[in-house]
Amino acid sequence: MSLLQTHSLTAHYGDFQALFGVDVHLDEGETVAIIGANGAGKSTLMRSISGVLTNGTDQVRFDGQPIGDLGADEIMARGVAMVPEGRRLFPSLSVEENLLIGTYGRKVSGHWSLQTIYDLFPILKERRNHPGTALSGGQQQMVAIGRALMSNPRVLLCDEISLGLAPVVIKDIYDAVPRIQEAGASLIVVEQDIGQAMKVSDRVYCMIEGRVTLEGTADTLSREAIHDAYFGGAAA
Amino acid sequence: MIWIDTIIQGVLLGGLYALFAAGLSLVFGIMRLVNLAHGDLIVFAAYLILLLVSLLGLSPFLAAILAAPIMFGVGWALQRHVLNRVLGPDILPPLLVTFGLSVVLQNALLEGFSADSQRLPAGEIATASVQMGGLNLGVLPLLTFASAILVIVGLNQLFYRTELGRAFRATSDDAVTAGLMGIRPERIFATATAIAMLVVTLAALYLGMRANFDPNIGPARLIYAFEAVIIGGLGSLWGTLVGGIIIGVAQTVGAAINPEWQILAGHLAFLIVLLIKPRGLFPRAVD
Repeated sequence: MSLLQTHSLTAHYGDFQALFGVDVHLDEGETVAIIGANGAGKSTLMRSISGVLTNGTDQVRFDGQPIGDLGADEIMARGVAMVPEGRRLFPSLSVEENLLIGTYGRKVSGHWSLQTIYDLFPILKERRNHPGTALSGGQQQMVAIGRALMSNPRVLLCDEISLGLAPVVIKDIYDAVPRIQEAGASLIVVEQDIGQAMKVSDRVYCMIEGRVTLEGTADTLSREAIHDAYFGGAAA
Repeated sequence: MIWIDTIIQGVLLGGLYALFAAGLSLVFGIMRLVNLAHGDLIVFAAYLILLLVSLLGLSPFLAAILAAPIMFGVGWALQRHVLNRVLGPDILPPLLVTFGLSVVLQNALLEGFSADSQRLPAGEIATASVQMGGLNLGVLPLLTFASAILVIVGLNQLFYRTELGRAFRATSDDAVTAGLMGIRPERIFATATAIAMLVVTLAALYLGMRANFDPNIGPARLIYAFEAVIIGGLGSLWGTLVGGIIIGVAQTVGAAINPEWQILAGHLAFLIVLLIKPRGLFPRAVD
């Protein structure tokens, strides 16, 4: 059985339907990428899994339990942490406080602690007393990732961690991903940057307009298939 | 010498106003909620202390210690079951609800305790004084001022040194992202209001020992508290103390010149500060 799965997941913003029956699953120790253009529903999927949006009880299952209708705080406490799109650091908190607050709802011992986060991103130790939002974009992204790791989550959801960053900075951030995988978390990585996504993931889902249009292992999907799935068949 | 005495009395009075204001500042800082019933809650707490004093024959200080957990519970329940329902992007509903609460509290107190003026029996301490460098300082005003400083130091420690304080600030910044940290904003808000009611209890203790109170004096205390918070700059607790002191000094100096000018002088000082520094003396950098 999968660690995390969605079953015919639907999501709405008022009258607007953003997801139309999405089925994805994530196995223990696996990294899955979700790719797709703007507005494909990737972020909505992340918000639904993390509990920012609530759904039907059985539409999301984690570790065999239905969690679709739980709030973000309860889902986080069970071990699903999210690095939200746009980083969302707390401006009133210092870098170190931003990291520490990551454990508020879940305190379990594991690989990740302030020390190991500082080992992963040494620059953050230097900047520990700065306000979180005084850092560069890449450093802020490191804080956001560290903050999510502090709770030693079983599943880490990364929503567009390369968004708005320079290619050399994106490389720095993605260099950390293998170490996160080794420490034992399963990952869902949402990306527009297909190359980065394929490099770190075992499997890929492609979404268009609220539906999954393509699924496969990273090494078997051809560029053409992804191109079709990404832009819709007509564009090929 | 008489002027120095007047100013010192004003500074000590400022401590009382800072106590009125600290709870208001705390709640506003965390959830952007302006509690128009704050003054009435202080009066409510004063009657609660009075009730414990007369029923159990306790000193006001002991009665306040008993009243504190009750007020903590009142604050928690009020936030959890009433105010959380109206918090949202629109600031009008919470204003209306707390305004309504203010009216309800005043009338309930009037019904329960009549319009007679009451006072907490402070005993000898009410008239005791100490000699300090040629000045006679009242023990009660000194205690009030020391309590205000303790409250502000305590709240600052809570805000900047504890996990709960981090959660307060994070929730104030961004409640949705705070949820991703396992924080439940409704609980944080309820805890904040409950803590504010502890400060309210302390304010009520000194209010009731210092002067007479009746069910209708809440709104005037609210105005002093507001002025202290705004002079200090929203969100700064030390600023709130400075704001309280400015109003206190203006009132005692005004009263020394002409007793009719006491209240007016305080409000004028507030207006002058607003003219010079519209955002208050110590505005928070963020916002």
